[in-house]
Amino acid sequence: MSTLLRTEHLGMQFGGLRAVGDFSLELAEGELVGLIGPNGAGKTTVFNMLTGVYAPTSGTITLATKTGNAEQIGGLLPHRITRKGIARTFQNIRLFKSMTVWENVSISRHFQVPYRLAQGVFRLPPFRKAEADLRSEILELLAIFKIDNKAEMQASNLPYGEQRKLEIVRALASKPRLLLLDEPAAGMNPQETLELMELIRFIKERFELTVLLIEHDMNLVMGICERLLVLDYGLTIAQGLPAEIRNNPVVIKAYLGEDAVHA
Amino acid sequence: MKNLRSTLLIFVVAALGFGALQALIVAEILDDYTLQILCVAGINVLMALSLNLISGFTGQLALGHAGFMAVGAYTTGVLLVHAHWLLFPALVAGGLMTALFGLLIGIPTLRLRGDYLAIVTLGFGEIIRVAINNFDEILRWAFNSPDMVGWTGGPTGLSGIPGYATNIMVNNPAAFLWIYPIVVLSVVLVMNLIRSSHGRALVAIREDEISAQAMGINLFGMKLTSFTISAFLAGLGGALYAPFIGYLSPPGFDFLRSVFFVIIVVLGGMGSITGTVIAGIGLTFLQEFLRTSAKDAGNGLVVLIQQNLFPSTISAGAWSVDLVPLSQVLFGLILILLMIFRPGGLMGTRELPLTRWLTTPWWRKKELLP
Repeated sequence: MSTLLRTEHLGMQFGGLRAVGDFSLELAEGELVGLIGPNGAGKTTVFNMLTGVYAPTSGTITLATKTGNAEQIGGLLPHRITRKGIARTFQNIRLFKSMTVWENVSISRHFQVPYRLAQGVFRLPPFRKAEADLRSEILELLAIFKIDNKAEMQASNLPYGEQRKLEIVRALASKPRLLLLDEPAAGMNPQETLELMELIRFIKERFELTVLLIEHDMNLVMGICERLLVLDYGLTIAQGLPAEIRNNPVVIKAYLGEDAVHA
Repeated sequence: MKNLRSTLLIFVVAALGFGALQALIVAEILDDYTLQILCVAGINVLMALSLNLISGFTGQLALGHAGFMAVGAYTTGVLLVHAHWLLFPALVAGGLMTALFGLLIGIPTLRLRGDYLAIVTLGFGEIIRVAINNFDEILRWAFNSPDMVGWTGGPTGLSGIPGYATNIMVNNPAAFLWIYPIVVLSVVLVMNLIRSSHGRALVAIREDEISAQAMGINLFGMKLTSFTISAFLAGLGGALYAPFIGYLSPPGFDFLRSVFFVIIVVLGGMGSITGTVIAGIGLTFLQEFLRTSAKDAGNGLVVLIQQNLFPSTISAGAWSVDLVPLSQVLFGLILILLMIFRPGGLMGTRELPLTRWLTTPWWRKKELLP
């Protein structure tokens, strides 16, 4: 399998604080990789660098383009990176609250709409056709996740689990190749987490995605991730198969402290 | 097709409304004074619509719309007075010049996160006033000719702007003939914009900038587009104002005027176009009422109270009260009360479902109720 994303010696420094130092990662196409670590380890900072929210202070991020060339994306603006095929969800749900479910999803399609602003303002034929197509496409997408009956509902009125789901649908609507999930199971009960695991497996196959996810729920991480990376204080302290990570003394120490290793 | 039909329908209804108002004017039921206030209301609606686009829908607070209005008004005024342009190109030029100003202010400020736009537009509104005040002096200095006739008239103002009609007696009906269609067209086009993908992108920026950007929205580009369109509409409002009022002076475009537009938008609902239209017309009439008729109304009320509750005091003289000095206080009081009982404005972010009312036969209305 070919490499989709590679980061080399990625670092992020906020003044005197090093949030992430020397983060290197190679994601092959179709992989499902988990990024774990204690609170404040720098996991979300890694996501923010990958998606352009922060410009890395050192290192490079290389993304394989659709044509197979390698391209530097470190430090690009977020919308440019999204348009190159990286989509994300957020740790704290960030839906467009006052907008309806289908409108939320339509935002991810905005950069692909085939009409220009003036054509929309004057309601010219390209607008009408494009809007009709867009709407039916989004309804199809929502139907896959069984929330098409709530298309006209205001996003903030959805139950919590469905808000999380909608965030994933919204990310998928931009037709990404790499999906970054930031704590998708946060606030979910065990049953919902099980459903989420199924959902992640399903979308990975259905949309031919590569997935990188941050998660604290070890059942989920151990259950679906093919490979794990462990961050602590901004450094990668371990990586490998879930079974290896589970018994790695360095990881146990990072999570539970020195005593737990000897216990 | 549904979209097209509802847009056409709006125009048909607007045309019927226009025809009805024209009939009232011809029949002299609508007097010149009411017509004049209607024109002011139209311009205020246009200004508030412009402000709502950038502040209500895009979420970027702008506090200098009187400045944009001044740019549009003076551009059109100067072109009409000194360059003898025809009315229509002068109006368009007023809008375009203001859009250019919007673009130039927007490029450096909209890149920044936060409320910088509010501060910069506030500053711009004041600067433009001072700049117009001193424009002629600067012109004379630049061309090194002390006797040169100025353009803006400086502090004395720009007078003698040709009106909408050559006969000053029919200027208001003629002005209405221009203002009404332009305002209606602007309202419909902005509504179309809001209901397109680009409009949804603007609302997404208001809701959550980081999220919008992560979904592929070009934050800076969309904000700048919205701000430039907003400036164009504000300039158009000013441009329509110049030949209507016939005389422009810098103090007329002060901060209080900007605040008045903000009040219309907040009261109507940040993010509601029908709210802006209702609040724009309503507040214009309210302000005019408080300015002119408050005395009579106040006296009438007090006399009524005296006659009914304290009849014994009539012999000592009728009570009277002058509400005019209190009109600004009353205006503020009404706003405070509205904000307490309707904190999101009259309409919030909702719209009156005008087209649904119009396209649904009356016998099916019940089925549509939620």
